[in-house]
Amino acid sequence: MLGLVPILLGYLPLTLFMAVISMVCALVLASLLAMERVARIPVLDSIVVLFISFFRGTPLLVQLFLFYYGLPQMLPFLTNMTGVQAAIIGLTLHFSAYMAESIRAAIIGVDRSQWEAAEAVGMTRMQMMGRIVLPQAARVAAPTLVNYFIDMIKSTSLAFTLGVTEMMGATQKEAAGSFLYFEAFIVVALIYWAIVEALSFAQKRLEFSLNRAFTR
Amino acid sequence: MIRLQGLTKRFGETTVLNGIDLTIDQGERVVVIGPSGTGKSTLLRCINFLDRPDAGTIQVGDLTVDAAHASRAQILGLRRRTAFVFQNYALFANKTARQNITEALVTVQRRPRAEAEARADAILAETGLTEKANSFPAALSGGQQQRVGIGRAMALDADLMLFDEPTSALDPEWVGEVLDLMRRVAERRQTMLIVTHEMQFAREIADRVIFMDGGRIVEQGPPAQVFEAPQDERTRSFLRRVTR
Repeated sequence: MLGLVPILLGYLPLTLFMAVISMVCALVLASLLAMERVARIPVLDSIVVLFISFFRGTPLLVQLFLFYYGLPQMLPFLTNMTGVQAAIIGLTLHFSAYMAESIRAAIIGVDRSQWEAAEAVGMTRMQMMGRIVLPQAARVAAPTLVNYFIDMIKSTSLAFTLGVTEMMGATQKEAAGSFLYFEAFIVVALIYWAIVEALSFAQKRLEFSLNRAFTR
Repeated sequence: MIRLQGLTKRFGETTVLNGIDLTIDQGERVVVIGPSGTGKSTLLRCINFLDRPDAGTIQVGDLTVDAAHASRAQILGLRRRTAFVFQNYALFANKTARQNITEALVTVQRRPRAEAEARADAILAETGLTEKANSFPAALSGGQQQRVGIGRAMALDADLMLFDEPTSALDPEWVGEVLDLMRRVAERRQTMLIVTHEMQFAREIADRVIFMDGGRIVEQGPPAQVFEAPQDERTRSFLRRVTR
């Protein structure tokens, strides 16, 4: 049973690759969505609300199937999309919708008078967001965003349904080849668990240092 | 020179500023007094468009803006010619005292960082906060925070400094140090428009006192005249109440 560990760990880089790339893309997209939700740009706002509603309102698995199996039928240029690419797109869009709401709440939480002070010294909107509002919002949102990253890592396991041999896909193959289903799945579960525990530890440290930020 | 003509601001059905005409000479220190809810703060906030006026014109230095049709660039222009001191300090919580002062010099005025830092250090020395240069606002007392707030405004070298009840949120023990700093700013003949309830302070530093009520300027003149010989009954009644 322990022999499975190094085999499955060999697929960990792909799992982490998908999670990290999706997380970075989702962070950028979520920040843009959140800033739009705060600014409420006409027309665009309705589109963003619809986007967030759809990606929060439908299962991730359905979204992944839609991107990988469905969309290429409508948009032929997507035919050559790989499972990994489809998974990254799906994870990015899905999680950006959730993260946008957290970031929006953190942005709104920044003391209104500081927005006014930034305006009063003549900053542009971009300068105000980039230099004053977002750094403080990031501090508030960071622990929640780590939660989403943890969720993201676990959700990469769904990529195996798109034919991607990441950790979960590899486990499935090992189990089917040896009929040792319990052993295979308990090992992969423990690996996910260990990664999440390590991240939770890092999250606590992060929260501790964030609580001390801006107070000395 | 600062010139306001017909400045009008409505919140819904309520007219908060009712056609304010006001000219302030360079180097003049003008104090606005009056009952609360009469538009004093709104007057200040309309000059730099923290509140958007509905009508009138605003001239600050070489820039004249028609309030009803102000462009984004004009609004930025007004804000870059004025400096604002807030009642609740409104310091940037993610910046140290020194960074609060350098921030706009670097990002808005595009001055070299070394120059901005030298300016900040000079201002911190002047405000007696050199030792707090690297402290974040959360680690400062109310009085220290407001001194940084005034320092941040001083650094901008604005045509007009606006003070919106700068001592009203302070514990009594910190009021003195903030007023002292404002006196020093006034001594340099910085053009100032101050809303305050500190009548003694107004009498000391003002070149002109304006009494506002109901969104209008009711009476104005040198402090001796307004405080000793007010012409309008509303001014007399207000002064009786606040100096009792």
